[in-house]
Amino acid sequence: MTAPISRREWLLTEQPASRRQARLGQTYRTWLALRANRLAMFGLFIIMALVLISVFAPLLVRYDPLTGGDLRTGRLLPPSWDHPMGTDDLARDIYSRVIYGSRLTLMVVALVAVIATPIGLAVGTTAGYLGGWVDNVLMRVTDIFLAFPRLILALAFVSALGPGIENAIIAIAITSWPPYARLARAETLTIREADFINAIRLQGASSARILWGHITPLCLSSVIVRVTLDMAGIILTAAGLGFLGLGAQPPQPEWGAMVATGRRFIIDQWWVATMPGIAIFLVSLGFNLLGDGLRDVLDPKAADSHNEP
Amino acid sequence: MAGTFLQQTEGRYGALPTWFWKGTKLIATIAVTILGLLLITFFISHVIPVDPVLAVVGDRASQSTYDKMFIEMGLDKPLWQQFFFYVEKVLSGNLGNSFLTKKPVFDDLARAFPATLELATVSILIGTLVGIPLGVLSAVKSGTLTDQIVRVIGLIGYSVPIFWLGLLGLLVFYAKLSWISGPGRIDIEFEYNVTRTTGLLLIDSAMQGQWDAFRNVVSHITLPASLLGYYSLAYISRMTRSFMQTELAQEYIITARVKGVPEWRIIWVHALRNAAVPLVTVIALSYAGLLEGSVLTETVFAWPGLGLYLTNSLQVADMNAVLGGTLLIGVIFIALNLLSDLLYTLLDPRVRRRVGQR
Repeated sequence: MTAPISRREWLLTEQPASRRQARLGQTYRTWLALRANRLAMFGLFIIMALVLISVFAPLLVRYDPLTGGDLRTGRLLPPSWDHPMGTDDLARDIYSRVIYGSRLTLMVVALVAVIATPIGLAVGTTAGYLGGWVDNVLMRVTDIFLAFPRLILALAFVSALGPGIENAIIAIAITSWPPYARLARAETLTIREADFINAIRLQGASSARILWGHITPLCLSSVIVRVTLDMAGIILTAAGLGFLGLGAQPPQPEWGAMVATGRRFIIDQWWVATMPGIAIFLVSLGFNLLGDGLRDVLDPKAADSHNEP
Repeated sequence: MAGTFLQQTEGRYGALPTWFWKGTKLIATIAVTILGLLLITFFISHVIPVDPVLAVVGDRASQSTYDKMFIEMGLDKPLWQQFFFYVEKVLSGNLGNSFLTKKPVFDDLARAFPATLELATVSILIGTLVGIPLGVLSAVKSGTLTDQIVRVIGLIGYSVPIFWLGLLGLLVFYAKLSWISGPGRIDIEFEYNVTRTTGLLLIDSAMQGQWDAFRNVVSHITLPASLLGYYSLAYISRMTRSFMQTELAQEYIITARVKGVPEWRIIWVHALRNAAVPLVTVIALSYAGLLEGSVLTETVFAWPGLGLYLTNSLQVADMNAVLGGTLLIGVIFIALNLLSDLLYTLLDPRVRRRVGQR
């Protein structure tokens, strides 16, 4: 009989008894390393706060984010006890709008990730596994998408699709998959010749089966990390589109669009543009801090080569 | 894939010099990429819109204008033929007319480009001159508080929405403190005194000895260029740190130390010179990245460059202008990427030798 071991010891053991234990142990080690990084923990705190705020938004506000107060007395009021962030030109409480805006931001980030990740994975693994002309064609297409700055291409797509939050999400997703495809391809190239893949191939598995059943799951984790690192960029692109009037349409409380509204009053009523801007800044800083820490922990060697603006 | 192509052709046509094949391959790559850009803009203009004609002429056009445009855009032809016409048109410099300015988009872009070029160039100078020393400092003091502070400065640069920072900058430095001039490139009183030879107002006004106008231009460009410079600084300082750390861990640094070379010389001369090669690539890429930032910055500062032209056209759904601008920015982006590759090959003796041997 062995002495009962603590959960911590079970996780950190050098001889994991099962695949699950090994995987959990790996995750736990990553977490321990990440926890030592104070900046990354601050980033994680901001993101957790964002999620909680968006879930409990109705409990946190006293005013409706969409309908304003009295237009004669309630317009452009400076921050006060009653309106912590002041009111805008339609007498709406800016604090309530910022709080509800977190929902839109989370929605954009989540949907872009859900759309762009599978595209990148599919293109990258297919190109890497099949090689030859398929690889050539797919990577050329990827390069072409990379030849546009992301915001510019998103602008062009939205201008054709028409403004609106759904179209902005589609446009951002269309412009964010190429780096994931490149990453997935690079990973696939290292896995492709592995013995276990050859073994499956000899058993007669089809290419599709190998790609989906064996290669994609192995590429998934690094692609997901990369997507996390890109979140800040996605938020800023979405806010930029909103600022230009191409993202969420009024009266939706999208932060970028709110800054655009405040632009007209910036000299005399500074709070209208400043408050939602702080929200964008904090959330994107949170993702950047966490991403920075994650990168250090997961991939110390490539720590500085991924983050291109 | 690049390597195999090169080897094959060399094996088969060994008589021709290597540079010939390299040049051909380079031109082919550029041609394919530009064709790809055109395919995307074609797709955006002809395939996505429910009614491409409406997207160009607007919904208030008369039936005859509509019909004329329908034929002009070749919408009665099959799609591949439309693409063929489109490529032919664009390559002959015809990007269509702007719905907003009523002028050819090509001329509009040519007029707007110098403004963006000037802004981006001043910005990259600021970003480089501040970013590299910060990165070096951070690498030398790696792990200390200084390093952390530089890191946070960089992360803030990545995280801050540039359009918002621009508005706050205008509020503080223009409206409240009056340290700088407001939006625009130059005050109206100087606007017509400066003859535009290069289109870069800093150079034009200096060459004509109009120092009042020059000062005015400087006071206009300072804030937007500093903001964009900050944006590129974040990336440049981070990469400088990483390259410098690699160099400082090399043995030649230890040798230099043993020889008694002063520390400042080791850092700023020995190590930085070697880190400079990959840094050139980074700076070229940041320069390209500024095109993206400039769209939002120009909008905030009413800076009459490509970005403002693009966003003004977007507001009225002027597709010809939007796609013309997108295409131009895409081409500049490709050119800068190419330039950074070439510079890297030229500057790094190791890469140069490898290419020569092949």
